[in-house]
Amino acid sequence: MLKKTVLNAAHRAMNARMVDFGGWDMPVNYGSQIEEHNAVRNNCGMFDVSHMCPVDVVGADCRAFLSRLVANDVAKLKVSGKALYAAMLNDAGSVIDDLIIYFLTDTRFRIVVNAGTAEKDLAWMQAKVAEWKLDVTITQRRDGTSNLGIIAVQGPNARVKVWEVLPQAKAATEGLKAFFAAEVDQYFIASTGYTGEDGYEIMLPAGEAEALWNKLNAAGVAPCGLGARDTLRLEAGMNLYGQDMDETVSPLDAGLAWTVSLNTERDFVGKAALLANGQQKQFLGLILLDKGVLRGHQKVMTAHGDGEITSGSFSPTLQQSIALARLPLGVQIGDEVDVDIRGKTLKAKVTKPVFARNGKAVQ
Amino acid sequence: MSNVLANLKYAASHEWMLLNADGSVTVGITDHAQEALGDLVFVELPEVGAHFEAEKEIAVVESVKAAADVYAPISGTVTEVNQAAADAPESVNQDAYSAWLFKMTPDNVADLDKMLDATAYQAVADAA
Repeated sequence: MLKKTVLNAAHRAMNARMVDFGGWDMPVNYGSQIEEHNAVRNNCGMFDVSHMCPVDVVGADCRAFLSRLVANDVAKLKVSGKALYAAMLNDAGSVIDDLIIYFLTDTRFRIVVNAGTAEKDLAWMQAKVAEWKLDVTITQRRDGTSNLGIIAVQGPNARVKVWEVLPQAKAATEGLKAFFAAEVDQYFIASTGYTGEDGYEIMLPAGEAEALWNKLNAAGVAPCGLGARDTLRLEAGMNLYGQDMDETVSPLDAGLAWTVSLNTERDFVGKAALLANGQQKQFLGLILLDKGVLRGHQKVMTAHGDGEITSGSFSPTLQQSIALARLPLGVQIGDEVDVDIRGKTLKAKVTKPVFARNGKAVQ
Repeated sequence: MSNVLANLKYAASHEWMLLNADGSVTVGITDHAQEALGDLVFVELPEVGAHFEAEKEIAVVESVKAAADVYAPISGTVTEVNQAAADAPESVNQDAYSAWLFKMTPDNVADLDKMLDATAYQAVADAA
């Protein structure tokens, strides 16, 4: 039995093509994935991401807990509302999950974790609270009576559309810089996203999600499926857990070194392993020079040894196939490499792992 | 709801076939197949002159979402490919029954009789 978000009926009413996404019955598109992709790059689109799991972390020891729990440093969170992208590591220094931590007060933080990893994340967090004997209460907000829905509204016109539908939220959110959140009545509105575009992610009581979804749609916000979400995040060079990294991959080998804070006295789970192992691979982009489509798990042959594509697809913005890949140290941006696509060897160019943001190509 | 044409034959692997007056068979992917794949961005066609056994991989169609093999519905030799479909993969999304992929000369034209008719294929598509 597939799990359903609170917007399931709304997707079906909009003729979504539904797929099994890690045990969730989710919309992959509502017609054309490419049109949805372009709507977000050029105008405004919305995604149901209620399968992701908000986790409230409350108690006197919140900071001490999060400081040891994740590889990024919550000491960077000084202003209420500020968000931090972080990786939660195991003792081997590999990634249990990537998540966003929102700082509300010194005794109240909110974390949003991936859908498919939520149960193991919660078990890990609970175990650490007990092991470290801290005054912290962990409460998931995805299932049960106080559950939340999450709607991501993304694109250059996203803010204006949200204010049109939620005028009461304008004053509190129009000044929000990227990666902040504001609480307005029952709405938790964050200037975060997974598309490389401006916009908001709105958490709200699950029972109100469908009404907001339909109001946004009436205001001209295009419903977008997980297909477009994947090509948008791939163009933006954002990692997908389970593809670009998992419990066998170091954040240093997954392009997440910028989220790992090693240069202070602070200890965190996985730190010793990261310091011992260092960086073994580099995480870079590829643009296919021949015709075809790069896909995850394809082998990349370079002058410095073999690597592997972790995510690949067709980029609607570049009109070429692009990929994220884990490549040997020594490979340089601008190098030409070979990719094995079903037995054929095709040429690709190595690039920075970002292809399009804010409506335009950056390669 | 996807479209199934009454005048065509079908393979359960979602290819359609049209028997031409000259004895050749035109092959494409069904409307159901293009709908399931989503926006196509790449089509790889077989070599003209190549021979394929039935149910062997003969072409590839890739959408933004995934790659899918196209199978030779019957044994035969490729006589012509539709380069226009490779140049504009979206044409297969627009009309899967106009945007054919290749033509082949069947080893045995009677093989066509064993393929699904529109009613039988509709049942396959509905169950998918």
